[in-house]
Amino acid sequence: MDFGRISRRHLLQGGAALTLGAAAGLRPAFAAETTIGFIYVGSRDDYGYNQAHAQGAAALKKLPGLKVIEEEKVPETDAVEKTIESMINLDGATLLFPTSFGYYNPHMIKMAAKYPKLRFEHCGGLWSEKDPKNAGSYFGYIDEAQYIAGIVAGYTSKSGKLGFVAAKPIPQVLRNINAFTLGARLANPKATTQVIFTGDWSMPVKEAEATNSLIDQGVDVLTCHVDGPKTMVENAARRGAFVTGYHVNQSPLAPKAYLTGAEWNWEALYPKFVKMLAAGESIPNFYRGGLKEELVKVSPYGEAVSEPARKHADEIKAKFLGDGYTIFKGPLKDNKGNTVITAGTERGQKDPELEKMDYLVEGVIGATS
Amino acid sequence: MTTEAADPVDAAAIAPAADAGFLQRWGTEIEYILIPGAALVVALLVFGIFVALFGKNPLDLYWYMYYGAFGTWFSWQNTLSRAAPLILTALCTALPAQLGMVIIGGEGALLIGALSATSAALALQGMPPLVVQVAMVIAGMTGGGLWILLSGGLRQYRGVNETISSLLLVYIALAILNHLVEGVMRDPASLNKPSTREIGAANMIGTIPGTDVHWGLVFGLILAVASYILIYHTTFGFAARVAGGNIRAAKIVGLSVGKLILTVCFLAGACAGLAGMVEVAAVQGRTNANLAVGYGFTGILVAFLARQNPLAIIPVAILLGGINASGGLLQRRLGLPDASVLVLQGIIFISVLASDALYGRIGFLKGKS
Repeated sequence: MDFGRISRRHLLQGGAALTLGAAAGLRPAFAAETTIGFIYVGSRDDYGYNQAHAQGAAALKKLPGLKVIEEEKVPETDAVEKTIESMINLDGATLLFPTSFGYYNPHMIKMAAKYPKLRFEHCGGLWSEKDPKNAGSYFGYIDEAQYIAGIVAGYTSKSGKLGFVAAKPIPQVLRNINAFTLGARLANPKATTQVIFTGDWSMPVKEAEATNSLIDQGVDVLTCHVDGPKTMVENAARRGAFVTGYHVNQSPLAPKAYLTGAEWNWEALYPKFVKMLAAGESIPNFYRGGLKEELVKVSPYGEAVSEPARKHADEIKAKFLGDGYTIFKGPLKDNKGNTVITAGTERGQKDPELEKMDYLVEGVIGATS
Repeated sequence: MTTEAADPVDAAAIAPAADAGFLQRWGTEIEYILIPGAALVVALLVFGIFVALFGKNPLDLYWYMYYGAFGTWFSWQNTLSRAAPLILTALCTALPAQLGMVIIGGEGALLIGALSATSAALALQGMPPLVVQVAMVIAGMTGGGLWILLSGGLRQYRGVNETISSLLLVYIALAILNHLVEGVMRDPASLNKPSTREIGAANMIGTIPGTDVHWGLVFGLILAVASYILIYHTTFGFAARVAGGNIRAAKIVGLSVGKLILTVCFLAGACAGLAGMVEVAAVQGRTNANLAVGYGFTGILVAFLARQNPLAIIPVAILLGGINASGGLLQRRLGLPDASVLVLQGIIFISVLASDALYGRIGFLKGKS
């Protein structure tokens, strides 16, 4: 048992990398074996948010010269600060990915300030000028993929009633519900989306209840925005409804019912980040992108997806990948009849107004509060 | 050797007699150390077998547990940071236990304490930090105290079982917290993570100088010692223990049992409320759903393992803090799932509870009479 030697060697490596890194930017830190730490708020095989990040971590493990360490179920308290420090002090990590939203402020910001020579990359946070320069936030415009999934759902639904199991009425979630609905109404202008908020990110019992109650009301295609879509997907499939997935590809859970889904593409992004650092480039502190930038992707279509649905969805997808396409454009009304985007206004993906979304568009049945 | 060999009968007669005197005098105290210690060793052995079944080397396991919890100065700080809230929440169970009450709602008192402390800080913005901090302590302790007082009152005046009521009050506390944090107390800038406004960097209580362990640890130590003195060295504590031992006898000798119940419940809740205040003032800087991570529930485990003795709570909380601190290392180095820490906690809990049956039954510790 020579753990002492192993850990000391890692510490020395980390230390050497640090000194070199300080002298010549981050490049040398990635010359020798680099340790990268991933921290998840839930279980890494949840068929959801955490698994998407774990798939990104798995992609890094395949690259030479990288050592990936992972820790799951770390709460959004000072426990995550301690985990970060433990990865730095005991494992010699020099690049850290605390992946849950609540890790960002104050925890990751505090650690980035304390370890200014290490690099921290956070998913979902809004990096601003007052935050440390060695901290960054990245996020994908997954509403683009939800929009495509909405189109497929709109074509597939016989009743025209779609269901959405959502965690909380916060901007990121509302944006997905709205994009999904707008996509569906592109296919079927009369389609509606009934939304149920469960109140928290991981509420399997409530998610199952919501799924059943939506199907009881005649909904025949469901999707969701919770940490683990597994509950919704399995229950809906059991009841004979179709689903579109979220976070990762859930088709193994319900091969027949799975139409398509909005997936993160961290397995493309993380190797890109590491290559940027290795090449001596710096990762932009505020990094965003959609389908075109390969931050998100659409699951392969299931067998139940009709030919017209595929054609229409592919057509819009090609636009996202090509010159661009705007989901949120005027005239757009919310479900209370108020105009939220006036005619002639186009809110592109990077529009900060979209980050503050607090409405549900026309066609959504439900309320934000 | 020669004397013993020459006179075996005498030696054998004298030595045990001396031992018996010592063991007899200190038998109870020795039992309190020996039995839980042995239970812990048994639990670790069982856990080692469990881990070996997964093909991991148990010796590695023990080394990493030691290394992650107590092996370095960093590990110690990690352990103590995690132990700090547990000491306070454990007191919330241990104090009422003296009266024979089983209160398991420390989590609710923690949340209400955090909410009260945050409200106080937000109401006193602009005042000198010391004033704000003292107000936060008072508000946090009062809020938490009143919350458990509800359980005490329900028991005293309405005959409601305090275990059930305190547990149910946890969910009410969480609902109140979510309602306020997502409603009137919400900081409009907290878009994707509903939170209250921040209490301000100046009002944070910071860490113990020379460490990164926050002051919650000192609060916990002070209150644990104070509770010990209160219970074992004051007439109030004596009265509480009498009432806990035999409530009828206590009433016959004229003790005001109702007053005892209410006072002890308030003090218990105040301890957990202080834990909530510390989480806000030393860690999160504001109130949001991140506070509900189960410190209150782990506190129940700590209190039972410590046999409801306030002084024993300190080492037990440090032990559990250490197990949690080393959990990350077990995940990273041995590839064990996060749940393995819960398995270990469960084994320890069962082992210690089962060892209760051994008190007063160990032959060599019993007096001859």
